[in-house]
Amino acid sequence: MSTAHSDSRRDFLRKSLVGGAFLCAGSAAGKLAAAEPVATPVVPKAKSRVVVARDPQLRGTGSAVDSSRLLALLDRAMQTLFDRDHPAEAWAKVVRPGDTVGLKVNTLGGRGISTNSLLVAAVCERLQEVGIKASDIVVWDRESNELERAGFHISIGGNRVQCYGTDRVDYEEDLVAYGSVGSRLSKILTQRTNVLINLPVLKDHDGAGVTIALKNMYGVIHNPNKYHPDGCNPFVADVNMLPEIRTRMRLTVCDATTAMYEGGPAYKPEFSWNANALLVSQDPVALDHTGWQMIERKRAEKGWKTLEAEGRPPRYIATAADSEHRLGNNDPARITVVEA
Amino acid sequence: MLCNLEMQAGLGLDRRSFLKCALASGAALGACAIAPPAAGLSSGAAADNHDDAQFITEARFYQKLANRKIKCKLCPRECTVGDKERGYCGVRENRGGTYYTLVHSRMAAAHVDPVEKKPLFHYLPGSVAFSLGTAGCNVNCKFCQNWEISQSRPEQVPSEYAPPQRVAELAKQYNCPTIAFTYSEPVIFAEYLMDAADAGHQAGIRSIVVSNGFMQEEALKAAYGKMDAVKIDLKAFSESYYQKVVTGQLKPVLETLVTLRKMGKWTEIVYLVLPTLNDSDQEFRNLAQWIKANLGPDVPLHFTQFHPQYLMKNLPITPVPTLERAKAIADAEGLHFVYIGNVPGHPAQNTYCPKCKSMLVERVGFTASKMLIRKNSCPFCQQPIPGVWHI
Repeated sequence: MSTAHSDSRRDFLRKSLVGGAFLCAGSAAGKLAAAEPVATPVVPKAKSRVVVARDPQLRGTGSAVDSSRLLALLDRAMQTLFDRDHPAEAWAKVVRPGDTVGLKVNTLGGRGISTNSLLVAAVCERLQEVGIKASDIVVWDRESNELERAGFHISIGGNRVQCYGTDRVDYEEDLVAYGSVGSRLSKILTQRTNVLINLPVLKDHDGAGVTIALKNMYGVIHNPNKYHPDGCNPFVADVNMLPEIRTRMRLTVCDATTAMYEGGPAYKPEFSWNANALLVSQDPVALDHTGWQMIERKRAEKGWKTLEAEGRPPRYIATAADSEHRLGNNDPARITVVEA
Repeated sequence: MLCNLEMQAGLGLDRRSFLKCALASGAALGACAIAPPAAGLSSGAAADNHDDAQFITEARFYQKLANRKIKCKLCPRECTVGDKERGYCGVRENRGGTYYTLVHSRMAAAHVDPVEKKPLFHYLPGSVAFSLGTAGCNVNCKFCQNWEISQSRPEQVPSEYAPPQRVAELAKQYNCPTIAFTYSEPVIFAEYLMDAADAGHQAGIRSIVVSNGFMQEEALKAAYGKMDAVKIDLKAFSESYYQKVVTGQLKPVLETLVTLRKMGKWTEIVYLVLPTLNDSDQEFRNLAQWIKANLGPDVPLHFTQFHPQYLMKNLPITPVPTLERAKAIADAEGLHFVYIGNVPGHPAQNTYCPKCKSMLVERVGFTASKMLIRKNSCPFCQQPIPGVWHI
């Protein structure tokens, strides 16, 4: 598993550079995008769709993820989610030319369990195909050194895809507040992006139960340590309610190529498995509920107690769906899980 | 903790100005000339590199658990922290099952302050203290005046490398008889505090601490045992206030006060009065009765004025009559030294003899303009006046 991202840095750089070539193609796709309304998930729908796309052959006979198969898997997931025949048509439902797009990855777990840079490169490629300039894409997390440890190449300036941590630009000086949360937000979010695409991983969390889409937003605020008591509830939901986050959030692409069912958030190879999957949705609550159930199934398969039995169910997911937050659906009856 | 007195009055600086000036403009105030931290990263980052090994040492108060987890034993929160995670304070990190402090020698704010600004009114009046703090705090008071450092992670705050020996040298250089650990919450930089206090004592310099007192007993005895005086912010006298406004607990703070009393540490108490939240007659009365019963009547109690800050901007400044009402109740309950703070020029900033009522220490702002106590006693009636009055 540790070799899964072995050539990812070079590959990401190559794709970032190649990205410029897609600018021309992007302008044509841009017209297509402009013709259709962009779907925003601000208000939860009566029923939410979560696509779980799998490829058992994602790694071929080796341990590293195959980049072309990963791109195909992403395309299948996106086309299924938006019921479109071509990837560009699906991505045009998410962004428009002129958007500045932040790709919030999760790199706490190092190379073992971070958002795969090959997946990020695939998303960048598709964004450029629908008219997003490479330099208007920012791949980011809290710290630049965490990004590097996870296999990303720091890239600032020029016509390339940008990639750096909040440490390079700091947090806003002023606080924003919702409910129990008062925080300073990353300037990458507030000043460099108008669209947020969330690219979390699927893993167990010793305090929160699981960390998937909603909790990945802890990487946007300056003081996540203040919001870990009580299983991060209601803090995770409150962070996601911050207007600067909620109004930008368009899509979650959860990297479940490698996942963890126990021992998180740090990488523990003994508790990880090659799920070889992507979870895609515009409803982060529904996606979190679906991902949580995947982790519970794996825990059961491995003979572990449920998170509820261990006293750490991810209660923040229900809070995010409640009448105060309405960030999405957590009721299985209101979630359509589509296998692709 | 919040240093409501220290930061606001006197110097007329707002928080951001302080953060800049505390490190950069000490010379302009005739105080310490600590250089500002390097600008650092080329693209405008405000923080230094948190991987810098010079700030990182193994924590002293924690317990190792299975699966590379640890349990912090520094404060009553007892954070269980998994690998690669930090405790609630944000300045302690589990790395592979070993817990580290990230703020040893990581000075985020430093200044030379009058000791009255802490406030300590019965400790070397008229003297100055070399005052320092790091990033981080183990509570999250909604009214915190220093939230920009106390509620930040160390890598988010410009800091200066100031090992213990350097702290002692700076104190000596600026003629400070005392080092004060303050500004954020010294509980969370206990190791740094202990080592700097040792270095100071070796150089003949005393140490004081300004703290919320939210601390476990073992750590309290080890760390504050090295202090020559302690100021505790008792933020309210109700658990619900501590839970909702402070994100802490009252009971451990009361236990800390009792322990400090048993240790024989000179202790003063500050109670920041927030309109409508902790300003009822009954709460003032309960507070005063508890202090008298558990600590005695001679512990100085400072009722201080709140100014809207941080997440508590919806309340007005505490009316002076509210503070006077609090003082009247505490006086009536038999406390001997009840002060009103953050109200420059108020007569309740002075120290009076509890027996003959003569004024013994007159204060103008943070300056002790008149100091009449001799041999720890009132010069008029020879009543002993508790405190640390002379170097």
